[in-house]
Amino acid sequence: MLPKQMTSPEDAAPREVLLEVDQVTLRFGGVVALDNLSFQIYKGEIIGLIGPNGAGKTTCFNAMTGVYRPTSGEVRFDGEQVSGRKPHRINRMGIARTFQNIRLFPEMTALENVLVGADSRHHTSVIGALFRLYRVKPKPEELPVVDSTNGLLRFWQQVRRSSAQVFGISRHTLEERAGERKALELLRFVGIADRANDLARNLPYGYQRRLEIARALATEPKLLCLDEPAAGFNPAEKEELLDLIRKIRDRGFTVLLIEHDMRLVMGVTDRIVVLEFGKKIAEGSPAEVRDNPKVIAAYLGEPADAA
Amino acid sequence: MTEALRQFNERRRHAFGGMADRWRALPRWQRWLGVLAGIAFLYYLPFLGDIPGTNLIIPGLDWFRTDSIAGGSNWAGVLFVCALYVLVAIGLNVVIGLAGLLDLGYVGFYAVGAYSVALFGSTQSPVVQSMQRQFGLSEEWAVAWAVCIPIALAFSLVAGVLLGWPTLRLRGDYLAIVTLGFGEIIRIVAKNSGWAGQAQGVAGIPGPEGPPSADNTVFGLLKIEPWYWLALTVVLLMVLLVRRLEHSRVGRSWLAIREDEDAAAVMGVYPFKFKLWAFAIGAALGGLSGLLFASRSTFIQPETFNVQLSILFVAMVVVGGSGNMAGVALGAFLLAYLPERFRDFSEYRVLAFGLALVLIMLLRPQGLLPSRRRTRELQDRAKEAAVNVA
Repeated sequence: MLPKQMTSPEDAAPREVLLEVDQVTLRFGGVVALDNLSFQIYKGEIIGLIGPNGAGKTTCFNAMTGVYRPTSGEVRFDGEQVSGRKPHRINRMGIARTFQNIRLFPEMTALENVLVGADSRHHTSVIGALFRLYRVKPKPEELPVVDSTNGLLRFWQQVRRSSAQVFGISRHTLEERAGERKALELLRFVGIADRANDLARNLPYGYQRRLEIARALATEPKLLCLDEPAAGFNPAEKEELLDLIRKIRDRGFTVLLIEHDMRLVMGVTDRIVVLEFGKKIAEGSPAEVRDNPKVIAAYLGEPADAA
Repeated sequence: MTEALRQFNERRRHAFGGMADRWRALPRWQRWLGVLAGIAFLYYLPFLGDIPGTNLIIPGLDWFRTDSIAGGSNWAGVLFVCALYVLVAIGLNVVIGLAGLLDLGYVGFYAVGAYSVALFGSTQSPVVQSMQRQFGLSEEWAVAWAVCIPIALAFSLVAGVLLGWPTLRLRGDYLAIVTLGFGEIIRIVAKNSGWAGQAQGVAGIPGPEGPPSADNTVFGLLKIEPWYWLALTVVLLMVLLVRRLEHSRVGRSWLAIREDEDAAAVMGVYPFKFKLWAFAIGAALGGLSGLLFASRSTFIQPETFNVQLSILFVAMVVVGGSGNMAGVALGAFLLAYLPERFRDFSEYRVLAFGLALVLIMLLRPQGLLPSRRRTRELQDRAKEAAVNVA
C-alpha cells in the first residue's frame, strides 16, 4: 500500500523538498523562540509539528508563512525565499493556512468565503469587472447552451451563442463561473455543501473549521498548513477530520499539521517533527517519535502517566 | 415608549421582509418589468401629480411635492439635489459599506469635482484667465464642459489615491481622523489660494450648453427638470457600474477586507491595492456629483464644502443601510427631501434630524434598508436574545 511506504521516508526514493527551514533562529528581545531550527517538508507528505505548550510551534508556523522574519537563517519554499514577502505574495507562491482561532469572513456566505480563496488565482480587477473588455475565446463547453423549445427563446440563445463565438466571453465571466464551480466542488469535498448559502457566522463550529480548510484549498496551495484543526472536536469529529486530511493528501497537497492531540497526529502523519523550547528534539515516523525517550520526557510525560 | 416602537418595528419588518422575498421569487422578466417601471417613474417624478401634456392632475400625489407648501422650494430643484446626494451616497457606500473604511472627509472629493469644472470651465476662473494670457487665447476661451468631465474624474481619482496612499495603512478611527482633516484641508486651501478664487469662489461655471446665459434652452437657469434628468441618468449609469464591481472579485475582496483584513491577506487578497481602489472609485463618484452641483449652481464658494456636509454624507449611508446600494440611495433621498418638504419645522430641523438619528440607532442600527446579509445576522441575534430571555 502506498501510504505505508510513505511512512518510512528513508526507504523511499529521494523526494523533492517543498519547504526548507534552514537554521532558523528567531529572537524576541532576549527570548529565543526558535533556536537554530532546521527541517524539511517533502512533496506529498503529511507532516506533523508537535511539542508542548510554548515550544514554538505557532512561531515556527508564522515564520514559515511570512508573518515573522527570522533573526537568522531562512525559510525557502520551492527554492525561493519566503521571509520578508507580503502575505498575499506568499499565498500566491503556494502556501495556504488555517487559523487556530477560526478567522472566516463572518458576514459572507460559505460559498463567498471559498470564492475569496479561489479569487487568489484569478486576475480580474476593477477595470476588467467594470467594462469586461478583456475577452477570451471560450472553449466549446463554455459556450452558452441552446436548449429551449420555445422558438423566441431559442433564437435568443442562438444569438448569445454566436456572439460568444464571435466576440469571446469576458475573462471576468469565465472566472466567476469557474470560481463558483470550484467553490461548490470544494464545499462538497469537505462535506458542508448543504449550507453553502448560509452566512459563515451562522455555521456550526465543525462546519466553520471545515470551511476554513475549503477556503485555504481554494487558493490552490502546494502546501496546506493546518493550525490545530481538531481543537474542540469530539472523537467522532476527529475521526472524520482525519479522513478529510488523508483525502486532501491524496489529492496531491502537502499538509503540515500542528496539533495537540497525539492520537490524531500519530494516526495521520507520515513524519513528525517535535519541538521543545524552540529546538528540534526529534524527527521521524510516528512510531520512532513515540518511542524516542527525549520526546516521552518532554512531551508525553512519564510512561506511567501517558494514558 | 421604546417598547411600543420596537413592536411597531417588528410588525413592519414582517410586512416588508415578506415583500422583499416575494420580489426575489418573481420570474426574471417580471422583475425586469418592475425595474423598468421604477426607472420610468423616477424620470416622471418632476411632474409628480400632473399628467404631462394635459391639464389633468392626479389628486393626492401633489402632497409629496415640496412646492405644495407655502414658500416651498422648486420641486425639480429638490429632486436634482436628491440625485446628487444619491450619487454621493453610492460612492461613499463603496468606501464605508463595502470596504469598511470610515471616511469623514468625503466632501473633499465633492469639492475637488466642483472646483475642477469651475477652474477649467469658467472664463472667470483665475486658472483659465492665466491660461488665456499664457497662450494668447481669446477672452471667451475656456475648457469645454464635456472635457471638464474627464478632468474632474481624473482630479478626484488622483485626490483619492493621494489621500489613500499614505493613510490606508491606518485602520479604523485613525483613518477617520485623517480623512476628516483632508476634507478641511481642501476647503481651506481653496479659501486661501488665489488660483482657486479665494473666499469669494468662482462664478460663471458652464453646463452642458456652455457658460450660463439666458439663451440656454435646455440646461438653463430656471427650468431645472433637464438637470434632474441628467443627474438621474448619471446615477443610474453609476449604479450599474458599481453593481458590476460589487458582484465581482473586487467586491468580494472589499467585503473580505472589511471582515478580516489579515485573514484576507493570507488568502491572497492584497488589501492595500483594493482599499486604494475603493478610495479612488468613491472619490471619482463624489467628484462627479460635485461637478454636477457646480454646473447647476454656476457659482461655488469654499464655505459650501464644510464638515457638516461630510457628516451629512456619512449619515445618509448609515441611516440608509451601509453596504446596500438601494439603502444608501433611500437614505440620501430622505435626508435631502424631508427637510425641504417639512419646511414648516425648519427651525427644529436640527432637532428633528438628531432625534431621527437617535431613533434609527436605537431601533434599526443596521439602517433602513440593510444589506441582506446584515438583516439575516440581526434576525439571528434577535432569535438568540429571545431564547436567552425564555
